[in-house]
Amino acid sequence: MSERQYTITLDVNGVKRSGIAPARMTLVDFLRDVLRLTGTHIGCEHGICGACSILLDGEPVRSCLMYAVQADGHRVTTVEGLAAADGKLSPLQDSFCEAHALQCGYCTPGMLIASHALLETKADPSEADIREAISGNLCRCTGYQQIVEAVKLAAERRRKEKSA
Amino acid sequence: MKAAPFEYARAGSLAEACALLAQHGPDAKLIAGGQSLVPMMAMRLARPAWLVDINDAADLQQIAVDGDHVRIGGGVRQARLERDAAIAAKLPLLPQALRWVGHAQTRNRGTPGGSMVHADPSAEIPLVAVTLGAELKLVSEAEQTWMPAQEFFLAPMVTAIAPDQCLAELRFPVWHEARTGCAFQEVAIRHGDFALASACAQVALDEAGRCTRAAIGVGGAGPVPVALTDVAGQLKGGMLDERAIVDAASAAAAGVEPEADLHASAEYRRHLAQVLVAAALRAAREAALNRRPS
Amino acid sequence: MSAPGTGPFRYIGRKRRTKEDPRFVTGRGRYAADLALDGMKHVALVTSPHPSARIRAIRTDKALAAPGVQYVLTGEEFVANTDALQMGVDAPKVQRYALAHRVVRYAGEWVAAVVADTRALAEDAAELVEVDYEPTPYVLDGERSFADKSVLVHPDHGSNVLYHRVFKWGPVDEAFARAEHQLSFSVRWARSATVPIETFGVLAEWNAGMELLDIWASIQMPKFPDQTARALRLPGNCVRVHYDVDVGGSYGVKRGIKHTVLVAYLARRLGFPVRLIEDRLENMRGGDMHGPDRKFDVSVAYTRDGTITGLKIRALDDVGAYAGRSPLQLGKPVGAIVGPYLIPAVEYEPISVMTHKTPQEAVRGFGQSPTNYAIETAIDRVARALGMDPVALRERNMIRREQFPYTIPSGTTYDSGDFHTVLRKALDAIDYGALVRWRDEVRAAGGLAGIGISTCLEPNGGNSAFEPLFNPKNQTTTWMDSCLVRVDLSGAITGVMNTSSSGQGHETLVATCVGEILERDPATIRVARADSLTALPSNSPVGSRMAIMLGGAAAGAAKKIKAALIRIASHNLGIPEADLEYVQGDVRAIAHPDRMMTWEQLVEIAHRKYHQMPPGMDPGLQEKFVWEVPKGGALPTADGRVHMYPCFSFETHVVGVQVDPLTGQPRLAKYVCGHDCGVMINPDIVHGMTYGGIAHGIGAALYEKFAYSDNGQLESQTFMDYLMPSAMEVPALGIVDHCTPSPLTEFGQKGSGEAGYLGAPAAISNAINDALAPLGTGIFELPMTPHALWRRISAARRDA
Repeated sequence: MSERQYTITLDVNGVKRSGIAPARMTLVDFLRDVLRLTGTHIGCEHGICGACSILLDGEPVRSCLMYAVQADGHRVTTVEGLAAADGKLSPLQDSFCEAHALQCGYCTPGMLIASHALLETKADPSEADIREAISGNLCRCTGYQQIVEAVKLAAERRRKEKSA
Repeated sequence: MKAAPFEYARAGSLAEACALLAQHGPDAKLIAGGQSLVPMMAMRLARPAWLVDINDAADLQQIAVDGDHVRIGGGVRQARLERDAAIAAKLPLLPQALRWVGHAQTRNRGTPGGSMVHADPSAEIPLVAVTLGAELKLVSEAEQTWMPAQEFFLAPMVTAIAPDQCLAELRFPVWHEARTGCAFQEVAIRHGDFALASACAQVALDEAGRCTRAAIGVGGAGPVPVALTDVAGQLKGGMLDERAIVDAASAAAAGVEPEADLHASAEYRRHLAQVLVAAALRAAREAALNRRPS
Repeated sequence: MSAPGTGPFRYIGRKRRTKEDPRFVTGRGRYAADLALDGMKHVALVTSPHPSARIRAIRTDKALAAPGVQYVLTGEEFVANTDALQMGVDAPKVQRYALAHRVVRYAGEWVAAVVADTRALAEDAAELVEVDYEPTPYVLDGERSFADKSVLVHPDHGSNVLYHRVFKWGPVDEAFARAEHQLSFSVRWARSATVPIETFGVLAEWNAGMELLDIWASIQMPKFPDQTARALRLPGNCVRVHYDVDVGGSYGVKRGIKHTVLVAYLARRLGFPVRLIEDRLENMRGGDMHGPDRKFDVSVAYTRDGTITGLKIRALDDVGAYAGRSPLQLGKPVGAIVGPYLIPAVEYEPISVMTHKTPQEAVRGFGQSPTNYAIETAIDRVARALGMDPVALRERNMIRREQFPYTIPSGTTYDSGDFHTVLRKALDAIDYGALVRWRDEVRAAGGLAGIGISTCLEPNGGNSAFEPLFNPKNQTTTWMDSCLVRVDLSGAITGVMNTSSSGQGHETLVATCVGEILERDPATIRVARADSLTALPSNSPVGSRMAIMLGGAAAGAAKKIKAALIRIASHNLGIPEADLEYVQGDVRAIAHPDRMMTWEQLVEIAHRKYHQMPPGMDPGLQEKFVWEVPKGGALPTADGRVHMYPCFSFETHVVGVQVDPLTGQPRLAKYVCGHDCGVMINPDIVHGMTYGGIAHGIGAALYEKFAYSDNGQLESQTFMDYLMPSAMEVPALGIVDHCTPSPLTEFGQKGSGEAGYLGAPAAISNAINDALAPLGTGIFELPMTPHALWRRISAARRDA
């Protein structure tokens, strides 16, 4: 192959990971195909559907709109990093299960990332806040109703855990 | 939808970025947030041979507010501009506009410099820039020039920037009048979509409620965002009453050159321009009347 | 808003977490694009820029010389080595292959396939394939392609018409001749689709030593392994489709048969695994997953007191340049052609035509949603003409609870329902009186507000009798499903299902049904999937059939297990079966409960203690259940009457909408759906699909359209222009449940996979038309975009 390869090193879910990719490989392709973290999904490759959402240095972004080389030296959190080290589901993940906030599961990692980011900044989001926070994540299965319920439930549970 | 191959370099500063642009010539492009550029590259509509990444250039990420100006580095994140208290106080039209820009995730990466250079006719930041008469600092390795925003946009997706230049800073004038109000209005099909049309207005009123200054702009209703300086000028000295607003909106509609696409006809865009200019003026007036003198 | 059913069931109808959710929330789904095999190569497509052209030459030398390229396949080779794909109607001269051969028939059609080491390299090389086209005339308008033979999409076929028939059921001519009133109108359902967030993907590997083709795909399609094998000229047992691939949404469209035959051919030809994951452009332009593109001309005959006596529907549908099952989407609505109404006479004229556009595929509801849109518009038009309340008009005409089972003029019998009660419940839930007051207040203040209602059927069960109805040469009457249930030596239960899933919660369905019968906790029941070599017969999750068919099969197999356990106990206890009772896996004497055998004991006997088994009984504990759809098995009559789907769920939507008079922007202010799908096996799953169906319906009604330019280009080919509703466009949705069990199913369950989508566009259209009515105007095409609404409003104001 004539394309120049770059070594990319970044913190993914708290672990230092390295891989090799051409400059044009997007961050989502790098995560999925090089690091084999296939939990982050591709839906459109032009930044609309949000299935590729991850946290970059703690903030939600579309990983199809970044090249992997741009993420060198940064901190990435994917859906695989949301559960605790022992595998226990986060209150948000568990709330998604409790409220059945998913069906095919394809948009779910992105929804979790967007919702997680919301809950990190707002402990008591309103329904409008929740809908706004996930407005950049398209879902074709759920009609969003049970997702909104799940995020509300998660917010409540997180508040309880915090005050406990 | 994988991009065509390119080479990549990271610039740690504005100077480095300009040097790299000079070195690699017209096939080099700057990438900041990438929210507009990367999709174009994915669709192979853009195929730069070199991408110069300026996300690490701290000198492009400054926000400075002095007495007369708000100065925003081209590489500041839109999300940061939304939250910045000084900008909210001195340049309130910008955070209002930013609520309409894409989604939270895109604002976490997107930059004003990127939005300006991409020059989508319906983009919000360009509209604010031309409406308020911002000045743009264009820097190349050889020199630096200032250009009024109103001269920057030439055609849809086409600006006056040269291939070796970086849009380093946007400098907005601060309005000092005590009773200033502004508003940004937009019609989009869905939340966060490209505007079918948009309008913004900023007005200053004296104690009697007379308009001493006005700025009006319309986006999405022509090849470039337009500042309607003549229409705004007509409002000066008068009571910004309903009659004046309606007339201004009418004049605004006559002054735009909208195009048709699959989402809207030219006629509809012209109509929206009229509706939104009126709505923006009314809301700006209300904001000015309600404002406590600082 | 509603309480799940708490009938006589232990597990069914209760709130229960699904088995599927945990793996998805941890990012451990297993989708086609997640699968990688050693040595796997990647495909990118070269597509036609022209809607119609002759291919004069294809030069692949530059592409072949590009880095990492393994092969470039063109139509010439492909067509010589594979067979054409199958179609639902009888049109042998309309041949469809994955790659164009000699001509292209739509912009986006696949012309060549490049195989390379990476997808990116394949795309680079695809740009280097040179194709010489000679553009030829094209037709884009359905009515024109119907009427005019000057431009033919498939000249050998002789016309652009794939299907055309006039069905007359009941005394139609008489009804219209004697009608006190009649009215006519047209409505237009724009080309849209359910567009899953995951595109279609397929991975194929040919094992020459075993002569076996392995396929992993994002698939929802009946007869997929069979059609793949057939096109590749392989025996069926040389193809193994893996059903344990998670499908990221389908809602009908993932029928990637052309993708699969292409990729499988390449894998066989080249000797290494090959994977194609459509990118979004390939998917939108050339994935062949567009939906109905339909114009309805409707006439209604009615009395002055609002009784509808006759209905005529002409439905012209543009399937695009090729067809698979798509023309049959005009046929399925025959099974519910009068909606929920007592209409005794119907004329139905379906017309399926071809144009130079992307081909259409099955979409959720298989044509029922557009048809409901036409029927419900008719109801509201009659109400408006008579000055009658649309609720009252529906109540007058709807089939009443005591009239079930009710046979409609086209031959289908509706199993059960209580339409009036569901409508009442929905109106109460939304507080209809308050909604009317809200509307009137907005109007009084100079705004535009409206209320829309739809009352629609959801046919379920997938008795696809429209197949022989539309193609008498296709004498198919078998629509089956199956389940195998095993209890292993440890006493653990496994159910085996025989098809793929795309979010419907089938594993939970099977576990719940098996658990219900065996009185064992569904959480302990594993559900596995066979592959196509080991699978029992299944016709896939289509036609809202799995709750009925898979649920019924799971229950049937479980019942056989239960019977086996009772028989073993009877034999060992020396007590007749009639004197025994089965209690949560144990079997005991009714008269003396201490005389019992436990689940563990019975399982052990079955597996290990042959000497204690009743004579003639198989060792082990496993049972299969394979069955035909209820009421299935009959061919249509000469006049086109046949019983189609067995079960009928019912949905009513009540929507309050506001339209900005200045900008035309619509806003869904209030939304309640009354839903009756019989017994819900898992209420969260049913509600979830209903909410999702409503969102799909909102998309079709207000936002989504595959729009074509006059020069045959798909203008809405990315998500920047094909607009799907986000959480900001879908309002808070309320569902109120009702339960009229089906007499035909094990637990009284009906299907619900298409819920919400079938009635939402109709109700939203009725609401917007109610909002526009005071201006003396209306809108009768979808989507009802701000621009479209503004044009109606401003035209009405000009005319006023």
